[in-house]
Amino acid sequence: MNVLVCVKRVPDPGARIELAAGDQAIETRKLGFTIGPHEECAVEEAVRLIEKLGGSATVLTLGPADAEEQLRDSMAVGADRGILLETEGDDWDPAQTAAAIVAAIRAAERQGSRFDLFLFGNESADAGGFQVGIRVAQALDLPCITGVKRLEAQANKVLARREIATGWEVYEVGLPALLTVREGLNSPRHPSFRSLMAARKKPIERSRPERDPVGLELLRLRLPPDRGTSAEMLGEGKAAVPRVIEVLKELGVLQA
Amino acid sequence: MSGLPSHARVVIIGAGIVGNCVAYHLARLSWKDLVLIDKGPLPNPGGSTGHASNFIYPVDHSKIMTQITRDSLRQYQELGVFRESGGLELARTPENFQELHRRVASAKCWGESGEVVSPERVKSLMPFVNTRLIRGAFWVPTVGVVDSLRAGTLMRESAQQMGALTLSANTEVQGIVVTGGRVRAVRTSRGEIQTEYVVIACGIWSPRLARMAGAAIPLSPAVHQMISVGPIKAFEKTTGEIGYPIIRDMTTMMYERQNGGEMEIGSYAHRPILMEPDDIPSIETSKLSPTELPFTKEDFEPQMAQALELLPDLLDDENAGIQYAINGLLSLTPDGGPIAGETPEVKGLWSAAAVWIKEAPGVGRMVAEWMTTGEPELDPNEVDVARFQPYARTRRHVRARTSEIYNRTYGIVHPREQWTSSRNHRLSPFHSREKDLGAVFFELAGWERPHWYESNSRLLEHYGDRVQPRPNEWDARWWSPIINAEHLAMRDRVGMVDLSAFAIFDIRGPGVLEYIQKLTVGQMDVPPGKAVYTPLLNRAGGFKSDLTITRMTEHSYRIVTGGSQGGIDGRWFRDNLPADRSVELHDLTSALCTVGLWGPKARLVLQSVTQDDVSSEAFPYASAKQIDVGSVPVWALRISYVGELGWELYAPMEQGAELWDLLWTAGQEHGLLPVGIGVYATTARLEKGYRLYGHELDTEYNPVEADLARPNVKAQEFIGKEAYLKARAEAPAAILCTLVVENNVSSSGERRYMLGHEPILTTAGEPITDHKGRRSYVTSAGSGPSLGKYLLMAYLPPEYARVGTQLKVEYFGEHYPVTVAVAGSTPLFDSTNERMKG
Repeated sequence: MNVLVCVKRVPDPGARIELAAGDQAIETRKLGFTIGPHEECAVEEAVRLIEKLGGSATVLTLGPADAEEQLRDSMAVGADRGILLETEGDDWDPAQTAAAIVAAIRAAERQGSRFDLFLFGNESADAGGFQVGIRVAQALDLPCITGVKRLEAQANKVLARREIATGWEVYEVGLPALLTVREGLNSPRHPSFRSLMAARKKPIERSRPERDPVGLELLRLRLPPDRGTSAEMLGEGKAAVPRVIEVLKELGVLQA
Repeated sequence: MSGLPSHARVVIIGAGIVGNCVAYHLARLSWKDLVLIDKGPLPNPGGSTGHASNFIYPVDHSKIMTQITRDSLRQYQELGVFRESGGLELARTPENFQELHRRVASAKCWGESGEVVSPERVKSLMPFVNTRLIRGAFWVPTVGVVDSLRAGTLMRESAQQMGALTLSANTEVQGIVVTGGRVRAVRTSRGEIQTEYVVIACGIWSPRLARMAGAAIPLSPAVHQMISVGPIKAFEKTTGEIGYPIIRDMTTMMYERQNGGEMEIGSYAHRPILMEPDDIPSIETSKLSPTELPFTKEDFEPQMAQALELLPDLLDDENAGIQYAINGLLSLTPDGGPIAGETPEVKGLWSAAAVWIKEAPGVGRMVAEWMTTGEPELDPNEVDVARFQPYARTRRHVRARTSEIYNRTYGIVHPREQWTSSRNHRLSPFHSREKDLGAVFFELAGWERPHWYESNSRLLEHYGDRVQPRPNEWDARWWSPIINAEHLAMRDRVGMVDLSAFAIFDIRGPGVLEYIQKLTVGQMDVPPGKAVYTPLLNRAGGFKSDLTITRMTEHSYRIVTGGSQGGIDGRWFRDNLPADRSVELHDLTSALCTVGLWGPKARLVLQSVTQDDVSSEAFPYASAKQIDVGSVPVWALRISYVGELGWELYAPMEQGAELWDLLWTAGQEHGLLPVGIGVYATTARLEKGYRLYGHELDTEYNPVEADLARPNVKAQEFIGKEAYLKARAEAPAAILCTLVVENNVSSSGERRYMLGHEPILTTAGEPITDHKGRRSYVTSAGSGPSLGKYLLMAYLPPEYARVGTQLKVEYFGEHYPVTVAVAGSTPLFDSTNERMKG
């Protein structure tokens, strides 16, 4: 099985986010970068599938040159190769992103690659548009299941489950297909020493995608007002017990 | 949350390991009304303590750092937070293997344990090491790990239980109020606290806090990369935090240490990554903490490969992943040492910064003792904030030096190693002349001092083997046989030595005699024009400094001390000025340059450029006079640190070049040559048995042991007198001796030359310890070209301190026979000082 996983380089912020001057982006100078938790699960799932069924896992990202780091991270946990659609680091909207990914998939297929399964995160960790996977499926005329939290794959079909308030929806779909997945799908592994080193040597194809001139324009970002979270010390050691009981009662966790 | 008190005796800023230790020790020493604040939460406020790897290697090449670490280890043990694991410093290369023997020497000098072991022994101690990669290791059984957060909490709680400490977490300092040069209050996010003392113990943030008060704590936050890998299968069976020795892979500059089921790997090999204190992220914007920055993998990659090849059985496991990886921030200083003591800029403002886990309880005790009694038990000289003179407090210098020092953390640093960055800051007016003469400059406290002159290389042929050429590269590194040639030529003719690095303080006023008597051992009530060499003691009777003080007039004196001691001695003199303002102190260091003119022809040279009478009758030894040299007003001081007739000539800085040229021209017919500090500070000094502060003299030794006690004790009171009288009444525990190396040929047939800090051993090869517990070690080493000997100085217990006693010195693992040539301060060369009397 050949799997293509799409990931996005996003900041790895602390509790408070700050905006860069001009309010066009968040301040990232002191931040690390990562991929979102949904996408970590997508990469892990792709690696598990090829470990089980054979084939290859390709990881693709659209982003600045530095997004190579996220491709390497993904390859360090088992993806075989990377595709970097290199931008100037400016903001691409979901339609533009999807169009560039579709073009890259078609180009790869023209060069002989065939993908059986396309995995996306359910939504990106920063913009949260919920669109890219669906748009790619639409453009490639692929069946699409979103919000997948359980997956079983066979050579030519997958069984995917979505969690809903009252239980599980179960889908069976033939391949090729596109799934957007959610955190909880699996427990992503940490890269080993040797795989980290091996990831440095895995191939990355770089190209500069065409950007559709028509799209959404980011006007400005604004921080929501500080909700002023606070913590109350209930006390220390045994002395805290009465107050803890009181609070648990207030919360209805403990009945008198 | 209880409010902050409005008044405190001491406000300690920073509740990491250091601040907690300072608080505990102040409380232990009976100080009350202490307030400890931190902008972060407790018990881990987010500073460097929170991510430290927490292991302790007791052996350092520096005596004081070893002593501070030993004290810290003892305190951690008493708190029950220490676990011994042993440690292995591995050597992959011949250079590193050689360095292991120097580690053993340091261990023996400072009374620690450690030995060089074979790869097979390494395998038995730590079975996972790929011993094919290594040549051997330095095995230190006393290495271990501590729980520094727990230790801090215990210290803090102990201070609270004594009723001495108020604690305030989540409290940010917004300002430090200083008036009249003294700290008055701390403004915080929870209100203002009036206070007598402020201790800045906030690690990487310390420079920012110091600046709030108009002072400087010259350190730089620097990245140290650390990762944790696991789960490690082999560790499943070990119980507790650590079951195997901690590895320091010295060649690749990294460590590997077990932490429960994982392996922590830290690196000192990557490029220096420095940060400005103002750029450190806040607690809120940090993912982990402000000192655990995002890991930059590309910097760590070479280390991963090196760790993998060293510990394949542990690390080459696909189930062992990287669980944690940070660019951790720690504090680096321009010379690598901690920064402790009262800032010279602001009274009451103290630093306890750039202190690593292995040092924190020791530094905490030191600072608390210093604050409460005026002087700590351990010698603070090397860690004193006042060692950084103004140029060394600039950000540019701090950045340059800390960049250079980062990779020295595990590096092989030669005892004479020179800095390559941030040079040429303090130049004497002779500098361009010296450059033209091929001076090789060594730095001291920012001053560029010629160590020898390449233009003197023509002397080598003349003196032949008397220059004691050194075949071994290590012995000859940062050295030249020209030094010994300059030495011999100066003793034959006359030399000029640039001494402009001297720190010079003029003191004057109606109270000056009483003032200076109080600070000195020597009798200062001498006629104007008389110079006195004297120790300065601390209250315990140990050496604070040794220097020359000249009475200028009835109500004024000139103090001349070593350049590196200028900041520390200057603060001591200022701190002791009488409150009634009856004495003023003027720092003339930057106003006066100095040249030493010494040698049998010195008088001929000087007399030819001055109308003033410089004969012995008119200008006796140990006296000073104002003379004219051409148009240069010169203050001439007839003393010598090289054992020759001559003068130190002090002139206005702007007329220095003129003075140099006059002497130079006049000296040509007498064979005048430029002479470097290599002669002044080592060869000529050792032949004369002169002691050097920081080498022979520190607070651990007293004037009786250094054989600098005078026949009589002055009637006047002085600091340290009681201890001094007691020392005089007792038999000394050790006596400073000069030793001669009898045979310096190594087992491979090479002549070897010790550089200092080697252990002195009995003929049976055993270390020597005096009854105060101090080991005998080489305090200074160098050639005695006029004697044709190689000389060492060392303190020896009385049973060994007798002329003719046979002993040994250990150098790179080999033992060489030495003989005590002088017990005490009698010069080996010209023992009756005829030459100086000239």
